[in-house]
Amino acid sequence: MRSTLKASALALAAAFAAPAAFAETLSGDLKIFLDTSNPAPRATMEAMIERFGEKHPDLNIETTVIDREAYKTQIRNFLTADAPDVATWYAANRMRPYVEAGLFEDVSDLWMEPEIAENLASTKGAMTIDGKQWGVPYTYYQWGIYYRKDIYEELGLSEPTNWDEMKSNCQAIVDSGRACYTIGSKFLWTAGGWFDYLNLRTNGFDFHMDLAAGNVAWTDDRVRQTFANWRELIDMGAFVENHQNYSWQEALPFMVNGEAAAYLMGNFAVAPLREAGLSDDQLDFYQFPAINPDVELAEDAPTDTFHIPANAANKDAAREFLRFVVSAEEQTEINNGANLGQLPVNASASIDDDKFLNEGFAMLSSNSPGGVAQFFDRDFPAEMAAEAMQGLQEFMVFPDNLNDILNRLEKVRARVYK
Amino acid sequence: MTVTALPDTTPPKRGWYKRNEIAVTPWLFLAPAILFFAVYVIIPIFQSFSISLYDWDGLGEAEFVGLGNYVELMDDSAFEVSLWNNLKWLLFYLLAIPAGLFIALFLNQTVTGIRIYKSLFFFPFVLSQVVVGLVFAWFYLPNEGLLSNMLGWFGFEPINVLGDPTLATYGIIAAGLWPQTAYCMILYLTGLNAVDPEQVEAARLDGAKGWKMLWYVIIPQLKPATFIAFVVTIIGALRSFDLISIMTNGGPFGQTRVLSFYMFEKALSEYGFRMGYGAAIAVVLFLIMLVFIAYFLWSMYQEDKGAR
Repeated sequence: MRSTLKASALALAAAFAAPAAFAETLSGDLKIFLDTSNPAPRATMEAMIERFGEKHPDLNIETTVIDREAYKTQIRNFLTADAPDVATWYAANRMRPYVEAGLFEDVSDLWMEPEIAENLASTKGAMTIDGKQWGVPYTYYQWGIYYRKDIYEELGLSEPTNWDEMKSNCQAIVDSGRACYTIGSKFLWTAGGWFDYLNLRTNGFDFHMDLAAGNVAWTDDRVRQTFANWRELIDMGAFVENHQNYSWQEALPFMVNGEAAAYLMGNFAVAPLREAGLSDDQLDFYQFPAINPDVELAEDAPTDTFHIPANAANKDAAREFLRFVVSAEEQTEINNGANLGQLPVNASASIDDDKFLNEGFAMLSSNSPGGVAQFFDRDFPAEMAAEAMQGLQEFMVFPDNLNDILNRLEKVRARVYK
Repeated sequence: MTVTALPDTTPPKRGWYKRNEIAVTPWLFLAPAILFFAVYVIIPIFQSFSISLYDWDGLGEAEFVGLGNYVELMDDSAFEVSLWNNLKWLLFYLLAIPAGLFIALFLNQTVTGIRIYKSLFFFPFVLSQVVVGLVFAWFYLPNEGLLSNMLGWFGFEPINVLGDPTLATYGIIAAGLWPQTAYCMILYLTGLNAVDPEQVEAARLDGAKGWKMLWYVIIPQLKPATFIAFVVTIIGALRSFDLISIMTNGGPFGQTRVLSFYMFEKALSEYGFRMGYGAAIAVVLFLIMLVFIAYFLWSMYQEDKGAR
């Protein structure tokens, strides 16, 4: 609101003072819809938009922040009925329904510009559908295992690098009366993270993507192998009990209280863990260890994006805004620890000096030769993801139901990818 | 050609409205209601029917599939689970009626401060369903929850009500019964005010007391209250959505879904892009409701006839 007022005040002042001074400036309205409703991201975005407004004083910018969860269902309505000029969303298959319905603008022209083509190459794949790019990323973050260093030290354990070490570590932790991993699977997607990693490590990136694309049967022996590995952990008692009752936030206290030693999560878990009182001496990070030595390591790194709706009114200004967002300068600023605390998408941007961001960046840029996946519910089509994640949760609670679950998912696969 | 001007013998001409006033006025008054009822209720019902015949993601082109969605429903285990859960809700939610009646009988006395007790019992109905859901979710928490602790006093193992696929639905219904019982209680308390003291007196002279008095004298007089309690409870059971959404989000693995929740998941939720399938579920839910609606209308019609 403040930024809107200021922007319009500036626009007004500019209009009176020197109408001819800005020969090529953008004018008109720019409507921006954001789903960054949490306090820190919200402030970051509003500050960024304000900076954009200062550069383009003739532009009247109107920002609307919508609750992150509500946004996911509202986007359908506003893209068709009352489209903004810029909207946030997610990469990969998550944007497919809107791309296929012709609701997102093809921005391949932006990706031809050297500034973007050179610096954003690493995320181009995630933004591409049918050979065209449909938006630009503004941030991404690593996934991996966040663990209690003090507990590992107490038990004389070190960061595992392979599956056997991971299991023997876990056995030691279970023997000490703790759970190895906390998880809250009430909202299902956390189980998707576990499946992603187990499948990427067991069968590799290409197989995982084939499964996401519907080219492999869920009843395939290779998929079963992934579940067999998972089951080893479940039977060991690796996961906290009753995880089906908790959200991912409600699973955090287990780790904070030392009842669980680690958490497979995205980097956004660091902030609440620090707030809950864990110091950087207690909290550390390691890459999910290799399971099958024959497959290359691959990672999940979900990317959040900006798009221009096809029905946008001021596409010139929207394109300029997208250029602005991905510029090295802005990327450095909005992703630093005081703001989003995530990784910049622009290769020329610098990464804030944070232990977890540095480790994450090093991992994604040099130790993820297999590829970078988005996340289960962004790589798999919506319907397949919804059914599958429910099956994954069921598997975690009743591993004996596996056959039943896989047959059900196979049936869904037959219908979804026709 | 001249027209002879005849003296005008007809009475001064009245407007069309004046002539039809008696017939038209009721319709004028009804018009706004009819308009909104048609636009927001009747037409959407038919739209749902027609959407249920298409395969449509809500964004792109709709593809006509005839009864395909319904055929798929027949063989959808999640739909079956939701249907059974709806039946459980219908059946067990009705417990609110006897429970409400007994609390009302219990509170229907003149003691100092009875108003406070009455309002305390009525309190849960004032709470939002979301709050009720949250409170009960905490109550049921597997380790820290009050229920587990209470079971611990008696030496039982803690149970994870909402995490257990066989128990979860009953756990949610129990949470729903809390405010619903209060609602029925209020209906019966007002009903009890209307009970004829002379009849009670006469019954007492004839030696009726206790259960007999209740069953043969009081309850028949409470029939209007019972009818309303029945109607609101059935509707409440079929509309159960918020509690499920808050307490379990349909889980564990979809075992607590009811039809309305399943419809929402399939058509409107984060991953739901199947408008046609969702509409087909809605149609099934509508047909179930129609049975009750028909019954309610029929019994109201009967009553109306009896009154004349």
